[in-house]
Amino acid sequence: MATQEKLPLFERMLKIDRRVIFVLIALAVIVPMMLKLVFVVRPSPVVQAIFDKVESLPEGSRVLLSYDYGPATVPENQPMADALVRHCLHLNHKVYIIAVWATGEAQANQTIQNVIIPEFPAKRYGEDYVQLGYKAGNQGLINAIYTDLKGMFTTDAAGVDVNSIPMMSPVTGLKDFGLILSVASGKPGLKEWVQFAGDRGNIPVSGGVTAVEAPLLYPYYPRQLLGLMGGLQGAAEYEAALVTKYPQFKETSLTAVKSMGPQTIAHFVIIFFVIIGNVAFFVQKKRDKLNRSK
Amino acid sequence: MTFAQTFTYWVGGLLTLMIFSFLYKDNPFYKFAEHLFVGVSAAYWMTVAFWSTMVPNMVGAIYPPSMGWFAENQAEAATLMAASSKWWRILPMILGLMMLTRLVPKAAWLSRWPMAFIIGFSAGTNLTRYLQSDFIAQIRSTLIPLLVFDKQGFNLGGSFSNTLLVIGVLSSLIYFFFSKEHKGWFGGTARIGIWVLMVAFGAAFGYTVMARISLLIGRMTFLGNWVGSVF
Repeated sequence: MATQEKLPLFERMLKIDRRVIFVLIALAVIVPMMLKLVFVVRPSPVVQAIFDKVESLPEGSRVLLSYDYGPATVPENQPMADALVRHCLHLNHKVYIIAVWATGEAQANQTIQNVIIPEFPAKRYGEDYVQLGYKAGNQGLINAIYTDLKGMFTTDAAGVDVNSIPMMSPVTGLKDFGLILSVASGKPGLKEWVQFAGDRGNIPVSGGVTAVEAPLLYPYYPRQLLGLMGGLQGAAEYEAALVTKYPQFKETSLTAVKSMGPQTIAHFVIIFFVIIGNVAFFVQKKRDKLNRSK
Repeated sequence: MTFAQTFTYWVGGLLTLMIFSFLYKDNPFYKFAEHLFVGVSAAYWMTVAFWSTMVPNMVGAIYPPSMGWFAENQAEAATLMAASSKWWRILPMILGLMMLTRLVPKAAWLSRWPMAFIIGFSAGTNLTRYLQSDFIAQIRSTLIPLLVFDKQGFNLGGSFSNTLLVIGVLSSLIYFFFSKEHKGWFGGTARIGIWVLMVAFGAAFGYTVMARISLLIGRMTFLGNWVGSVF
């Protein structure tokens, strides 16, 4: 301990115990959460484009929403999916829910239980929305349902014959949808929807992905991907766009916006440590150079 | 709050704390939670694969009357049992069984056939789509006007953005071109490419930080709800 105190300030900075950083990050998240710190979020053009597309669809349009994520990324993905479903159902679009991930079906059920049933009690299953569940096959599945959706999804998630579901009757393949949305956190995900559905059939594809994946998807915007929600920020921007136009969702659709307070403070802490680390590194480098020249 | 909800909160909360304890140092609680997660995940995926793939796509497809044993209700059973047999799915079933020969060293060579099938199918399916979406379409997306004019006239922001994009793509490509020595104007452009790549890596790192903090916020929210349910 005594030797550590003798070290120059910048050298000590480079040797900060990582547990100190963990504690500061934890505080940066917990304190704003307790104080309910909320910042103003404004939709960026890349997110607004999705909102505008959903708005521009004629009433009753068919929208395919694929849940391609699992519980591990719920904080980022679930607000995206919930906001999209709210928006689509509010505009009376028909929502077709599927999952290319095995864990996606359970996440879709969360949306049905927490959003559709309590907030849209007038919407009827099989007429306004349908949960087709998960099917294996990854991009091979997307490839197959492009031409024959009912061939792969013979029943809905509850085992009901799709031919007995009213909103399934006009559907043959993916070209029958006005918009394909994928909320994804990996492979198969939004990229595969672009490759195997959007580009192949010139079908509008959009959605949201985890922040880790977002940089891989931006090259597809705007020609192959009409918009993109990147991480929690993307979800917050979509919620902001939704609440700005439809204030009645203010009480229910601000999950991601509320999380952006802690997110912002935590980012400040990380930026602070990045600056400290770099300054200390360059000062030490200069000091070493001076010592060598003596 | 029901007993099931309380139980879920307690199990989830305690396991979260066990995983977080690794931030201090490795310990038996962390190891327990880690192993439990791996075990439960493996079991979950195996169960899902059995019910969503093997039962409907193999057993039910080859012999539809068998779905009477697996269906959740009579209506579902009637629907599934009425389907016509896809007997040819015996072939993929045989290929699947051949994969299991890897467990027997003397017959392990048989597993190469289904493996070849999988690789061939994947390569064939992906090749055209990747070529279309990640090569041709990306080139097309880079062929954009450097001077942008809209209804209001010259668009400075759009022009700057497009020019930056084209310079970024070209300089990055030049950086990865190693058949010519990186000297002179070529070396200078390659150097710009390095900067472009660095900016891209920085953006990716920033997004990764955001993702991890988002997950931390999710866990903290859960822990907050857990504590709230106790008091």
